[in-house]
Amino acid sequence: MSKLQNRRNVLKGIMGGTAVTVGLPFLDAFLNTNGTALAQSGAALPTVFGTWLQYLGFNPGRWIPDRVGKGYNHNIELKVFDPFKERMNVVSGANYFLDGRPVETHRTGAQIASLGGIPTGRDSGPSVDSIIADSIGTRTRFRSLEVSLMGDRRSYSKRAGAAVNPSEPSPDALYKRIFGPEFQDPNAGEFTPDAKVVAKRSVLSAVSDQRHAIMAQLGASDRARLDEYFSSVRQIENQLAMKLEKPAPLPACHVPGAKQEVQPGEEVAQVSTNTKLFADLLANAVACGQTRVFNVFMDAQGARKPGSTNGWHGYTHEEPIDEKLGYQKEVTWFILWANQVCADFLTTLQTQKEGAGSVLDRTLILWQTDHGYARTHTMDNLPVMTIGNAGGRFKTGMHIPFAGDPATRMGLTVMQGFGVSMSAWGSLSNQTQKPVTEILA
Amino acid sequence: MHAKRSAFLKAASAGCIAAVLAACAPAADAPPAAKPAAQAAAGFEPAPAAVPRLTPAQYRATVADIFGPTIDLGGRFEPDLRIDGLLAIGSSGVGVTSAGMEQYDAMADAIAAQVVLDKKNRAMLIPCKPASDKAPDDACAKAFLSNVGRLLFRRPMTAPEVTAYVAAANTAGTKLNSFHDGLAMSLSAMLSSPQFLFRAPQVTKAAGGQSVLDGYSKASQLSFFLWNAAPDAQLLNAAQKGELDTSKGLERQVERMMASHRVEAGVRAFFADMFHFEDFESLRKDNLIYPMFSRREAMDAQEQTLRTLVDLLIANRADYRDVFTTKKTFLTSSLGAIYRVPVVNDRPNGAVDPWQAFEFSADDPRGGILSHASFSALHSPANRSSATVRGKAIREILLCQKVPAPPGNVDFTLVNDTTSYKTARERLTAHSKEPMCAGCHKITDPMGLALESFDGSGAYRTTENGEPIDTSGTLDGKKFNNSYELGLALHDNAAAAACLVDRLSSYALGRKPAKGETPWVAKLKDDFTAGGYVVPDLMKRIATSPEFYRTVPPAATQTASAE
Repeated sequence: MSKLQNRRNVLKGIMGGTAVTVGLPFLDAFLNTNGTALAQSGAALPTVFGTWLQYLGFNPGRWIPDRVGKGYNHNIELKVFDPFKERMNVVSGANYFLDGRPVETHRTGAQIASLGGIPTGRDSGPSVDSIIADSIGTRTRFRSLEVSLMGDRRSYSKRAGAAVNPSEPSPDALYKRIFGPEFQDPNAGEFTPDAKVVAKRSVLSAVSDQRHAIMAQLGASDRARLDEYFSSVRQIENQLAMKLEKPAPLPACHVPGAKQEVQPGEEVAQVSTNTKLFADLLANAVACGQTRVFNVFMDAQGARKPGSTNGWHGYTHEEPIDEKLGYQKEVTWFILWANQVCADFLTTLQTQKEGAGSVLDRTLILWQTDHGYARTHTMDNLPVMTIGNAGGRFKTGMHIPFAGDPATRMGLTVMQGFGVSMSAWGSLSNQTQKPVTEILA
Repeated sequence: MHAKRSAFLKAASAGCIAAVLAACAPAADAPPAAKPAAQAAAGFEPAPAAVPRLTPAQYRATVADIFGPTIDLGGRFEPDLRIDGLLAIGSSGVGVTSAGMEQYDAMADAIAAQVVLDKKNRAMLIPCKPASDKAPDDACAKAFLSNVGRLLFRRPMTAPEVTAYVAAANTAGTKLNSFHDGLAMSLSAMLSSPQFLFRAPQVTKAAGGQSVLDGYSKASQLSFFLWNAAPDAQLLNAAQKGELDTSKGLERQVERMMASHRVEAGVRAFFADMFHFEDFESLRKDNLIYPMFSRREAMDAQEQTLRTLVDLLIANRADYRDVFTTKKTFLTSSLGAIYRVPVVNDRPNGAVDPWQAFEFSADDPRGGILSHASFSALHSPANRSSATVRGKAIREILLCQKVPAPPGNVDFTLVNDTTSYKTARERLTAHSKEPMCAGCHKITDPMGLALESFDGSGAYRTTENGEPIDTSGTLDGKKFNNSYELGLALHDNAAAAACLVDRLSSYALGRKPAKGETPWVAKLKDDFTAGGYVVPDLMKRIATSPEFYRTVPPAATQTASAE
């Protein structure tokens, strides 16, 4: 008899013979002793997908690597990523296509990066991360976790429709959401299913059962909205189901201590400090099996130094190009700062050890931006990066020139790499059927 | 004991539970077929009704009305979405994300625990005692749940709904060996249900064969419009009796609601939405540059404007256009520090009221809402002012005009060095040398530059970097020399009053009026103008319009925005 069957019988016994149907998370996920693989199947730890959306691009001529393909060297603005060079890919020459639509500066590029095109109305299709989460995140407590580094709740992560998955700007609040009272420590010795959870599941079905009655009254678009609502109810039901199952032990999971955030905001010191806290929380959330998808949004436009009457975005348009240097000095300071913040984030994932490996080893992060060159709002020659190889699912260490191809190629590639069945992605000129095959393992 | 109780609670605690229950009992029969209340505007074609998600304020108001104002929600709502200028329209375009549902679920549990498991609250709120605390009692559960359900769902619960929630309380109560634990769980599920969180209208046929909202859906639309809250017991009873289907009965309810102090909450909610006041939540200023502008001042700034609007438009029934010129306002001492005027909190009787009525003198540069910090500080980055952002806000928020997005791939070579310029006007003049940029900046900048006399925190100034600020310009052909005269130009701009009607009618419907509904909106605009731009009269006009309740059944291909 399998362990699953045993556990079900135990549950049935505890619940006084009531049939308990539980969607069991991580059913076979018993790690081997060194914590790197699942004991039963020997498979690697599950893959993780992350996005890093950072506004305002880089300086032309200062980020494109020195040669194409493997063995490239980072240009000056990406030097900070040198420790990760063998585990990342840098794409140059990617484009966002407008198809005659106006640029809503900073927004349009982010929409194409996340959604594959510019929505024509209020609704759009799902974002890359949601599509991947539907594939890999359905059996974790959180389908995805969104954070904003600049103190607001905006996000480009969304399912189909109009509502976005709101970002969490506060590390304290994220800590409570992940590791608050609802957290089940996978390594806790004792496990007793809570009868209240069983009762609550049965009661929530009173809500789910009303689906048909309410849907019948609605038009198509409102039905789609309610569909999202009922999907979210199901997520709550899944969370309850997980609470009824003793979580598989995860030796690398250590509940982090609460750390004091600084007031979320746009000053560089606030952003640097809170991003480190976010990195620590997300790394632990992954190590503790709470999520397999995360999104980091760095709307860097308001980034500023204390006391300065200008900020990163203002400088991009108002700062003269330094004649000697050949670039905008302040803008460049912000670019280097933001890349350092990102590199620190990656370092945290790397130092979150899991057996012989780290969280970063089973993660792939898709780094994208809004404009190639913020000073002139360009939509071409965009940088795109991937960091990590998701447990060997992607090949790395390459500079890949797109030569004007849509940036969406990389979105399609990572979706395919994470097992999403999809042959084309994007709309109008941003549509592509051409994955970057050289990085698919 | 709660300081303030809803009518429902008062009745319950006074031992009138039976009376309350009787008043709240579901209608045994459908209300009589409705007669058309009045003639709709010529050429009017109705559209499918919106299905708004409750806004945070509406959720809070509903919980406070039913269970008392001291119930702590203990959660956080997901952000609203702004569509076509209003969160009210966005509320008809959103579902619920997983993160949002987690919060609804947590709030529902917290509310249910306070209502049912707190013994003091329980004694007042649950109209019966179970046969045993340790076992389900369907009759008692039904009495409570069907009563509360009518207020939460804003209509009587259907028989299958009652059965489902009573059964849920029974199942959970059995599992937990506790009547109250089971009841709390069922109540929590009700608070997480689509019937509570979404306002799905029910469509019926009027006597003339036209599709109209049924009485309860009318009551909801009316109540959320005028009070930003769910219908009270009186309104639900009027709906039950079919009174809202006659023009006389409808007018009686509208009069009652307009005369209530609760209309203030409705007016505040509308203007907070129209003026983007939710942005105050994330508004931060650089405290090295604006040391006097903290969270406190940000909160006071929006309250200043809302108080000014309520006093001017509701208490004094003034011309709406006076909001751009009025010298009268309300200030706290913190705002007084920004405006550099003395504000004394002490009142003659020794009480302290942080809010004091204040009138700027005739020669003071301040006057009208454009001179409020709620405008100049809200529409500025953290560390500076922005003529373009403010000009865009005037066009889009106050005049309902769309400013085109900036172009891509801009060639900025003509404006390479703007940092040597001292004032915003010099910087923007240089910027506008680029023809691609000049067109749109002409639309926004002249008004924004007039407001340059207010810095990023709303403080008055006459110079920037030592250079005098030139605040002259034109708005749609009308010249002005300073921010106050800009207010006068807005006062006289026909688009400002028309914008209010567009926004208020959209807000009331939860969607942008469809093409076929424009004759109604045009009529509202004519009436508003002819009546001297009195906002409560416009609200009443909307609320009593037959067009407001006309609809068509949702089509399978319906789009939520029915544009």
